[in-house]
Amino acid sequence: MYAFDFVRPKSLNEAVEALQPEEAMALGGGQTLIPTLKQRLASPSKLVSLKGVEEIRGICRDDQGRVCIGGGTTHAEVAAGVPEYPALAALAANIGDPAVRNRGTIGGSLANNDPSACYPAAALASGATIVTNTREIAADDYFEGMFMTALEEGEIITEVRFPVPQAANYQKFEQPASRFALVGVFVAKFEDGVRVAVTGASEEGVFRWTEAEEALSSNFSPDAVQGLSVPAEGMIGDLHGSPEYRAHLVGVMTRRAVAAAG
Amino acid sequence: MPKDHGIGAASKRREDVRFLTGTGNYTDDINLPRQLYVHFLRSDIAHGEIRHIDTSTAEGMPGVKRVFTGKDFEGVGGLPCGWQVTDRHGAPMQEPAHPVIAQGKVRHVGEILAAVVADSRERARDAAEAIEFDIAELPAVVDMKAALASDAPKVHEDLTSNLCYDWGFVEDNRDKVDEAIRTAAHVTTLELVNNRLVANPMEPRVAVGDYHRATDESTLYTTSQNPHVIRLLMGAFVLGIPEHKLRVVAPDVGGGFGSKIFHYAEEAFVTFAARQLGRPVKWTSTRSEAFMSDAHGRDHVTKIELALDADHNFTAIRTETHANMGAYLSTFAPSVPTWLHGTLMAGNYRTPAIYVNVKAVFTNTVPVDAYRGAGRPEATYQLERVIDKAARELGVDPVELRRKNFVTEFPYATPVAVEYDTGDYNATMDKLAEIADFAGFEARRKESEARGKLRGLGVNCYIEACGIAPSNLVGQLGARAGLYDAATVRVNATGSISVMVGAHSHGQGHETSFPQVIAEMLGIDESQVDIVHGDTSKIPFGMGTYGSRSIAVCGSAMVRATEKVIAKAKKIAAHLLEASEADIELKDGQFTVAGTDKSVAWGDVTLAAYVPHNYPLEDIEPGLEETAFYDPANFTFPAGAYACEVEVDPETGKVTIERFAAADDFGNVINPMIVDGQVHGGLAQGIGQALLENCAYDANGQLVSASYMDYAMPRADDVPFYAVDHSCQTPCTHNPLGVKGCGEAGAIGSPPSVVNAVIDALHSGGHKVAHIDMPLTPSRVWAAMQG
Repeated sequence: MYAFDFVRPKSLNEAVEALQPEEAMALGGGQTLIPTLKQRLASPSKLVSLKGVEEIRGICRDDQGRVCIGGGTTHAEVAAGVPEYPALAALAANIGDPAVRNRGTIGGSLANNDPSACYPAAALASGATIVTNTREIAADDYFEGMFMTALEEGEIITEVRFPVPQAANYQKFEQPASRFALVGVFVAKFEDGVRVAVTGASEEGVFRWTEAEEALSSNFSPDAVQGLSVPAEGMIGDLHGSPEYRAHLVGVMTRRAVAAAG
Repeated sequence: MPKDHGIGAASKRREDVRFLTGTGNYTDDINLPRQLYVHFLRSDIAHGEIRHIDTSTAEGMPGVKRVFTGKDFEGVGGLPCGWQVTDRHGAPMQEPAHPVIAQGKVRHVGEILAAVVADSRERARDAAEAIEFDIAELPAVVDMKAALASDAPKVHEDLTSNLCYDWGFVEDNRDKVDEAIRTAAHVTTLELVNNRLVANPMEPRVAVGDYHRATDESTLYTTSQNPHVIRLLMGAFVLGIPEHKLRVVAPDVGGGFGSKIFHYAEEAFVTFAARQLGRPVKWTSTRSEAFMSDAHGRDHVTKIELALDADHNFTAIRTETHANMGAYLSTFAPSVPTWLHGTLMAGNYRTPAIYVNVKAVFTNTVPVDAYRGAGRPEATYQLERVIDKAARELGVDPVELRRKNFVTEFPYATPVAVEYDTGDYNATMDKLAEIADFAGFEARRKESEARGKLRGLGVNCYIEACGIAPSNLVGQLGARAGLYDAATVRVNATGSISVMVGAHSHGQGHETSFPQVIAEMLGIDESQVDIVHGDTSKIPFGMGTYGSRSIAVCGSAMVRATEKVIAKAKKIAAHLLEASEADIELKDGQFTVAGTDKSVAWGDVTLAAYVPHNYPLEDIEPGLEETAFYDPANFTFPAGAYACEVEVDPETGKVTIERFAAADDFGNVINPMIVDGQVHGGLAQGIGQALLENCAYDANGQLVSASYMDYAMPRADDVPFYAVDHSCQTPCTHNPLGVKGCGEAGAIGSPPSVVNAVIDALHSGGHKVAHIDMPLTPSRVWAAMQG
């Protein structure tokens, strides 16, 4: 990697300040950024580690009953810390391997918005709110395509607030090499309707499958989506699967998620 | 009662103490005073003409000692190829120059363009980024058949085409085979791909060059399976260093699987640069570099035809294979698709007429060479797949079709030049039926169906030619080296023993199993024997470890040397006991005069050899140390039968291996636990090839699967608990231990049964799929089901 300065602020304000220079980058758990640096594909002048910022770490509940997860909370902490939202806990428990789960953070994952990552599906299907040091962003407004988000330069995800659905499930079909989602579908049933978010499949990144949402909102059963499919056009095609295969898996994983959600 | 000592005992691997506690000594652990580091600037273009390289900025950067380019190697030899294949018209193969650093052209992504030596890795890399170069990109050839088109771009413009050789075997059989296929009652044809693989040993390659001006001695520390081969090739052909001035050390090596047999450019570079600069030079490969600079494996495209008579006897086999050589000929590359492949095409079966045609092709890809099994997996795969397809076409049981055609009488001379000395293929099939529980399969299939899954059972046999190899024979076949091995048994004064062996252990457990043999022969404790390997300054000239040869060839040398030691020790014992040498018996570490209670202990005899006060100095020399070189009379022929049981998810195409059973005949077994481990590892690699691993290039010669994000290695949860058995033992008839070798069997024997099982599962679900090319990824299986 190239040389850089390294700071480890203790507070959010210090972190925001440290991120002011244009070439500064925030470092969460480093599960994407560190390999990128090692390959010399990024050259920040300064890395601002968020590991020391205790105020953006931990899990609590707000007065609306939402699960509020600090941006610096690790996958392992989420896996063990959200018993009232088992689908979210299970998703976190199945990201990467123990080393990844003990370092990687929810804020880092959502800020990176890898098109094959798991958390974007959970945030979008749950209708979560992404809270930053400056504002609150609805998940529907947050994801803007592969590796693209509504975050501004230097903006830090401090918290993610998840409404807890009546029933939910995440089905991940793993890419055999990376074990990221080749296709991942998160289904969440709320009192006022069902939300379905798909990761891994689309060239536009995570997306909501509205056709399935409508069908499931009137009949929450695998049969309701049996005949539905997403078009292959716009799906990712690579070594691990054609667009047609990914489109097919979206249907299969959605049905399985609905069945498992019960 | 299993033995707890000597041959046949499951002695625990003594080397694991250091490997598991982090106290091994790998090449990267070697750091020498005043050491420099090299960073290789590698081409990211598959094919191009180097118009200009400017290193001046890089040379002025902090810490940089020197920047080398192809120009610096103009007077230096290229990397030699160790095997010359003669084509079917009698002409030698086309053999292009193989420079250490690219000269004039780059021919694959990863080829070395320049090398920066600096006082730290990071500084060397910084400077490498400052090298300015201009490469005019040329069209790349990646697909083998396209590479043979008359208008294809040439990888090497000084060659007549991209065809390395067109090999026919046995050429005299050609007409007979054609006739048999024309007149057969049934012919089954199958076209298939044996997918390109990356070996991926846990330890990437490392090389450290050192030079002492005062003595004019060079030392290369390197991750090699065969230090003497590297010394010979690099000293004699590349750098012109006489052997007494060149030492090659391969210390602890973290796996090789073939990829560390070969002599690589980086080894020659660090040795050369250390001489130029008068300081040690070190290179440690990153994993990314390994993907584009370690020799790849397999990459065959084959059409096979199997002819049968009306009674389902095999009457002929005809195969045509395109074998990818990559951009240059790696050390043993030409031998893999020819002599290690064509000679195994008879498999375990009596097929009277066989013809094998192989076209080896240059492409703009990383060189391809031996990888665990090397040619034999490719032979086994096509044969065992086409037999399964034939059984399905004929509506007969695939196991019974195999049994009907088994070779049952030995020795058996195949129509492809080798003679199997011994074997019992029905015995291993019987054992397989038992440990795989064929009888319970239908019930398990129904249980899977009840869960919405398709279950399949796939079976195959395999045979391999190991214990490589008789030198005079391979010499006739084009090898530019002998393939004997050597051992020196040095008995110390107090009776302990150091054995210097030419074999190299990089996961095989030699440090445990070799002493078991000597302990058995002498009746002393295994702990009294240590193995020394991996350093040309310590060991006799041996050829290293590959081709499941270590115990069969080097172990035999060790036996011969130990026999010499025993013969001399008996003379000493006879003197000490005042008896006739002919009456001396050695048992349990005691020399006894037959029929008496007079005896002398092993340690007393060895002490007498080194403190020869009461010693027959007029008849024999003091000391007790013997060397033997062993050149095998024939190959060994391990064989067996494997069964795989899979479940296929019909909605996603995902394959799960539910059961895997392996019944092997390795002849005599020295350490059954180590043999189990070798089989387990081989099976994981074979399953990896069948379901997961795929080294893929795009049409421009870019390596698509260049990291573990895209190249799928088998993980623990991808493989099942194995049922392995090696109780069927027909000892090798021509080596003193009766051993055959076990290192490659698992990787050779497993891919066809996995694919056969998936095809069987799909048929059970009504999908009439004839074949799917490896790896059988979910997307490929799903696509096949769509028709």
